[in-house]
Amino acid sequence: MMLGYIGRRAYHSILSVIGLLTLVFFLTRLTGDPSALYLPLDSSVEAREAFARLNGLDQPLYVQFFQYLRDLLSFDFGESLRQHRSAIDVALEAFPQTLKLAVVAMTLSILLAILVGALAAARPGSLFDRIAGLVSLAGASTPDFWIAIVGILVFAVGLGLLPTSGTGSILHWIMPVFVLMLRPFGLLVQVVRGTMISALASPYIKTAHAKGMKRRKIIFGHALRNSLLPVVTVAGDLTTGLINGAVVVETIFGWPGIGKLMIDSIIQRDFAVVQSTILVTAIAIFIVNIAIDLLYVGLDPRIRY
Amino acid sequence: MMAAGKPILTIDGLTVDFLSEGDPVRAVDDVSFNVCPGETLVILGESGSGKSVSTGTVMGLIDCPPGDIVSGSFMFDGTDLTQLDENGRRELNGRRIAMIFQDPLAYLNPVYTVGRQIAEVFESHEAGEGRAVRDKVIALLERVGIPEAENRIDYYPHQFSGGQRQRVMIAMAIALKPDILIADEPTTALDVSVQAQILDLLRDLQQETGMALIMITHDLQVAAAMADRIIVMNAGRIVEAGKAEDVFKRPEHAYTRRLIAALPHEQSRDTPRPAGRQNETLLRVEHLSKHYALKSGLFSAKREFRAVDDVSFAVQRGETLGIVGESGSGKSSIARMLLRLNEPTSGRAIFAGEDIFTLEGAALNRFRRRVQMVFQDPFGSMNPRMNVRSIISEPWAIHRDILPRPQWNDRVIELLELVGLKAEHAERHPHQFSGGQRQRIAIARALASEPELIVCDEAVSALDVSIQMQVIGLLADLRQRLGLSYIFITHDLPIVRQFADRILVMQQGKVVEENQTEALFASPRHAYTRKLLQAVPQPKWQRENTAVRPA
Amino acid sequence: MTDLTLPSRKSPGNLRQLAIYLSRDKLALVAALFLALLLLCVLLGPLLVGEQAAKLGLRQRNLPPFSVQQGWLYVLGADTLGRPILARLIVGAQKTLTIAAAAVLCSMIVGGTLGLIAGYSERWYSHVIQRLADVIMSFPSLLLALIVLYTLGPSMLNLIIVLAITRMPIFIRTARAEVLELRERMFVSAARSMGASSTRILLRHIAPLALPTLVTIAAIDFATVILTESALSFLGLGIQPPDFTWGAMVANGRGYLATAWWIAFWPGLAILLTTLSLNILSSWARTVADPQQRWRLQSLRKTAR
Repeated sequence: MMLGYIGRRAYHSILSVIGLLTLVFFLTRLTGDPSALYLPLDSSVEAREAFARLNGLDQPLYVQFFQYLRDLLSFDFGESLRQHRSAIDVALEAFPQTLKLAVVAMTLSILLAILVGALAAARPGSLFDRIAGLVSLAGASTPDFWIAIVGILVFAVGLGLLPTSGTGSILHWIMPVFVLMLRPFGLLVQVVRGTMISALASPYIKTAHAKGMKRRKIIFGHALRNSLLPVVTVAGDLTTGLINGAVVVETIFGWPGIGKLMIDSIIQRDFAVVQSTILVTAIAIFIVNIAIDLLYVGLDPRIRY
Repeated sequence: MMAAGKPILTIDGLTVDFLSEGDPVRAVDDVSFNVCPGETLVILGESGSGKSVSTGTVMGLIDCPPGDIVSGSFMFDGTDLTQLDENGRRELNGRRIAMIFQDPLAYLNPVYTVGRQIAEVFESHEAGEGRAVRDKVIALLERVGIPEAENRIDYYPHQFSGGQRQRVMIAMAIALKPDILIADEPTTALDVSVQAQILDLLRDLQQETGMALIMITHDLQVAAAMADRIIVMNAGRIVEAGKAEDVFKRPEHAYTRRLIAALPHEQSRDTPRPAGRQNETLLRVEHLSKHYALKSGLFSAKREFRAVDDVSFAVQRGETLGIVGESGSGKSSIARMLLRLNEPTSGRAIFAGEDIFTLEGAALNRFRRRVQMVFQDPFGSMNPRMNVRSIISEPWAIHRDILPRPQWNDRVIELLELVGLKAEHAERHPHQFSGGQRQRIAIARALASEPELIVCDEAVSALDVSIQMQVIGLLADLRQRLGLSYIFITHDLPIVRQFADRILVMQQGKVVEENQTEALFASPRHAYTRKLLQAVPQPKWQRENTAVRPA
Repeated sequence: MTDLTLPSRKSPGNLRQLAIYLSRDKLALVAALFLALLLLCVLLGPLLVGEQAAKLGLRQRNLPPFSVQQGWLYVLGADTLGRPILARLIVGAQKTLTIAAAAVLCSMIVGGTLGLIAGYSERWYSHVIQRLADVIMSFPSLLLALIVLYTLGPSMLNLIIVLAITRMPIFIRTARAEVLELRERMFVSAARSMGASSTRILLRHIAPLALPTLVTIAAIDFATVILTESALSFLGLGIQPPDFTWGAMVANGRGYLATAWWIAFWPGLAILLTTLSLNILSSWARTVADPQQRWRLQSLRKTAR
């Protein structure tokens, strides 16, 4: 039953999110007093106490936690200490920026990887296969922060072709998207190539040859169609990983997305924003996973939930 | 219907190597044969004999590991196949030469409907498209005996049964009325009753279209049922060739004689049973049932599947009970419950005065020493990381009181020799043995805890015919020497005839017939038993003598 | 083609055979040699050049690369404090690889054990373990690591623990999947029918067969962990000075991109080459392990005709 399945997934996801939020709540509060960060160094003890009282920081930890849970249930995610407005608004404002970046990078890397991987698998051992293999391995192995600053060094500082950071023109997209798609592209080419090669060696390909089908049709009609299943699975995991890349890329290129927001809020001890960001990210990842499961049902007639 | 006219396909001096590290391995060595329109040629051989490779090359289907055609010519209807380019070959494949395979589930693409996959044959050879093709596909499916073809054309391969999938494969192969159909072990994975139907279908289609049929099999009975002419292959060479009846009745080559001798014969039981079979009940199974709850839909009532349904039987000390049934009959479930690998839904099994199903702790351990199991798959039933010594001595490691450790070595060697292996085999790992040898190791392991009852679950089904008889011979020999009792579970009725004292026939979880072996074979009472007996294919030459032949 | 088995099936433990296969793939050979060299640096480097790596040199400040006038240690240039980059790379290699190796090892042992338990048992803790893996898996690992490290403080031990935890789900899931498959194998049934206890079955029959898969995953994961650690260090949450890893070296050089590109460039390249070598080797290992692919590494001789 499809609905039951989604319900079960949602239930597990809610458990995960609550677990995460609890963990973050206690971790952040165990370590430091945000009033030290937000008030001037020479502010008085009274001022600090007033600040703590205002933000509920003077209560015992468990009281703060229950307060927090109660607020969550009424969709109140707290207020950003830094920006003095609803934390969830701050997170939701940054989210589309990351989403745009992620969708473009992911779409490009999936399409490119399928093309390159399939062509490489069609003639294993050929020059194209070797080059594609090395390039994709390099893509999966490159530290994203390093390639980002090398990119800045060459194209912004050296050649002056691209802007170093910020948003705006299409030129601002080039480097972030390229850096972000490098790892998914590299991993996906490996997956596509590997599953294509084993698909091409599978018995039903022999049947297709015995039927007298054209080679091109066999490769793209039969083998590629079956290889898409593992590709979809891996693409799902990569989407979660993409947020990792987004943190680095957004920090380096000054892209006002959720990754940069997360780092900034952690450093500024803006708990409410950190927690809202986690919530938004977790929900987005949940939706992607559900979408992938649905896609799976569409791709493989043997799967029923 | 004997062949007429000149051969449609002639293969001459075919030699194929497999390339591997170092020297190439010869898979097919100087093989020549031909087949005429309307004729059935059977290529008979055990695994590794090169029989599939010889025909695979006809369709250009060897790729991995890399095969290398060293020499040989293929003349097909006046064309030399070796001179064809990829396109020329493609033109022939599917249109004039077609092939069906052993395992249709793997040979059908899981993500496309069967209708689409059959339609591809027409499309690949520009033989129509769209609605017209769909109608042709439905007609084909009807012809090969798929019920409700208009609906099931849109089903996926996994939604068909094994026999139906093979019918789908056949529909695909005969779509363009090829001159030659190559059938590579087409019925090996199927139950005997289904096997008979598929063979009938192939024969009928051949009658209709006059195509030549090349059939590859390891099964002598299938070979006899189908062949006009027969080629026997061993280790890549043809060892014997001739008219089917001649080869079967007067085999000339030693290898052929050995194969045919391994066939279970109707006449004699060659092992005289020990006279003093004790009249002591060793195991009594009463009203044994195993039910599984099926996943129920939203509105439908909860259903259950009765894998084993109220089964009762008894095994006397020193007796061999055969349990025969096709897949899904519940015979293996019984074995797993008796070994306490699965728990029964209800019922009792009294072994030496105690109910097996209530045993716990030390009592259960004592029981496990006394009953042992030999499994179907000798590749799977042994831990690949352990050597033969550890495998055989595992019962002693588990039950510390059987044998003191210093004596393990000697006893392992004794057991190895008892099952016909050698002392030096103790240091090797399972993958270094052949299937038959591995089953001997499994038997040695079963004997290690000195059991009274051994349950054999399809213990010889995965072995080549000539090996099957050797292993059964060993089991019979041990029965005599050690006074063992067996429960011998199999789908293969003829095999138990030589070995079992009494036979239980099972169908869909129920016992449909139980009788002494000879009485059961002589006068089967239940319709299903009769069907199983008839499903053992009849040789073609006998069939043609009895059937009314068209003028 | 039912009876098409590989004619010569060499046992995989055959070291000489592996060496021959390695020599057939030039790229894998180079990768292996590079890793061997790196290992040597890790073992001996700090003894040989440890002192120079910390030595400040006013005259060598921002010394450009490719000159050996100041000695061979300065061939890759010097950083803003005049320390030779080559020596620092060698010393940094030790910390980088030690942290990654320790994290992967912990992850494999703990995750593998939890996975074995989760696969074999159907009790409540089996579900807890799986949910735990889901929680960790469903959230971007870098973000998780950032939060934990920022709150607990970036010590080497914390770093290893955090990295190990973020990679653990892979091992839990793989080990569990292996157990689920292995425990249905006939030799496990055979052992159970002989009366073997659960402990014996797990330790004697299941764990030894699951181990190779886990080790393979660990090898691939090693590269991922190096990348994650580098990113954390780059973001300033790795181990703290005076200790340093390659990632921290890139971060140090980031501010001097326009004037002294080499400070950030070389350590990044070192990361890339290391992870690339690891990935090339594991790709080669997959080919060797796959009976359908192995022939590509064999010398195939045709019969003369």
